[in-house]
Amino acid sequence: MAYKKRLDGREIEELRPMEAKAGVIKNAKGSASFKIGKTWAIAAVYGPREIFPRFLADPTKGILRCHYTMMPFSGSGERIRPGKSRRAQEISMVMENALEPVVDLSAFPNSVVDVFVELPQTDAGTRCAAISAASIALADAGIPMKDMVSSVAMGQVDGTVIADLNYGEESYPAIVSDIPVAMLHNSKEISLLQMDGEITKDDLIKAMELAKVATEKVYELQKKALKEKFTNE
Amino acid sequence: MIVNKDTIAQLAKENRRLDNRSLTEFRSPIEIETNISWTAEGSAKVRIGETVVMAGVKLSIEKPYNDTPDEGGIMVNAELTPLSSPEYEPGPPGMKAIELARVTDRGIREAKAIDMKKLCIIPGEKAWFVIVDIITINDAGNLFDAAGLATLTALKSAKYPVVDKETGAIDYKQKTDIPLPLTKEPLPITVYKINGSLLVDPTSEEEKTYDARLTVASDSDGTISALQKGGNMPLTIDELSKMLDIALEKSNFLREELNKALNV
Repeated sequence: MAYKKRLDGREIEELRPMEAKAGVIKNAKGSASFKIGKTWAIAAVYGPREIFPRFLADPTKGILRCHYTMMPFSGSGERIRPGKSRRAQEISMVMENALEPVVDLSAFPNSVVDVFVELPQTDAGTRCAAISAASIALADAGIPMKDMVSSVAMGQVDGTVIADLNYGEESYPAIVSDIPVAMLHNSKEISLLQMDGEITKDDLIKAMELAKVATEKVYELQKKALKEKFTNE
Repeated sequence: MIVNKDTIAQLAKENRRLDNRSLTEFRSPIEIETNISWTAEGSAKVRIGETVVMAGVKLSIEKPYNDTPDEGGIMVNAELTPLSSPEYEPGPPGMKAIELARVTDRGIREAKAIDMKKLCIIPGEKAWFVIVDIITINDAGNLFDAAGLATLTALKSAKYPVVDKETGAIDYKQKTDIPLPLTKEPLPITVYKINGSLLVDPTSEEEKTYDARLTVASDSDGTISALQKGGNMPLTIDELSKMLDIALEKSNFLREELNKALNV
């Protein structure tokens, strides 16, 4: 039986309810809170500032560094031990790759822009929420950017391509693929792409087409959050 | 804001502060939210002025310690996240985080605020263990009091998860409506000594200037359950006595704020 009706009753392209806010952490240069369903990411940007250890410095441009952390109580099972897991390190790296195409750090040689993301609660799509939050926070920090990055986990459940998988769908007892995608708003280029599961080429291309629509919705919310912050100031 | 330490010290001597508060006045707003994280068994977000701290409670079933076979346990951990201040770096907890966690832990543990015997399921075999994680979101000073308030709030809001009767496995996705066996409500208050004056709820700038500090965890009846003196200057007994008076009064003040927030 194909996956016709989604577990939570959403349409195939429908995202869970989202909330975004810029400027939530006073100490940070830029910050954001981004919620999608029961997944919540808080991002803070510090820098450009001096980089340690010094050998990491690039004399031609600044470096973007991301740090993804799930709070110990943010998993739906047992407590997560604090400290960098292999998973968190990999996600931090793909976040950097997803955001680097839009940030221009050529004016900040030998320095670093640090993006810290903490997740108080999660229900799938955490790296996507982290990237969407980070993109707002970078813009809030006034880091030169060519574009915004918006991210949603696409998926395929039992032959149906859908947007914004939740945990129930990720673990659905059928052939499932979980495809976190980040897109640049203007060019619609893909800056994050991973996949777990099984999928055909046709379905994958279909998922990318759907991702354009899904990330556009995230983009509108990101823009709104930034507008609200700067009109309130 | 870059402020000369001497300015803060000079103002303190005149019973004044940079933000015009009185010495024993907390910043506003004080905001207390519960159940901010659906994945935690209990959780809270506390704001005191610009300081924001979250705390989350996770429960697990473990074998009791050999010396207390009929009791469960509690552990408090604190993460001073680099998200919350440019002064914190990623990595394992440093001395400041360890002290924060241990002082918060003692305030709860030594007050016997949780009935450890009621956490026991089968003596010598199974008991509930409570882990509280304190996560800083914005450190603008006075983490001790904010962390203590967030911890107590998270513990008060916690509900046991459902346990499968046959397998004994915890279903973390389902909560019962049974709260933790909390018998008391200890809250820590930290009193700072700056240039001979005693003050509470310091900003980050004031925290960099203090001579001595004393964290006092106390309950509504005035019972003191934990103390921690910090700073490299000594205190006189007279100063200690004054600090205790302030701490006990302010502990009641924060408890009232907590009860107001929970009753709404």
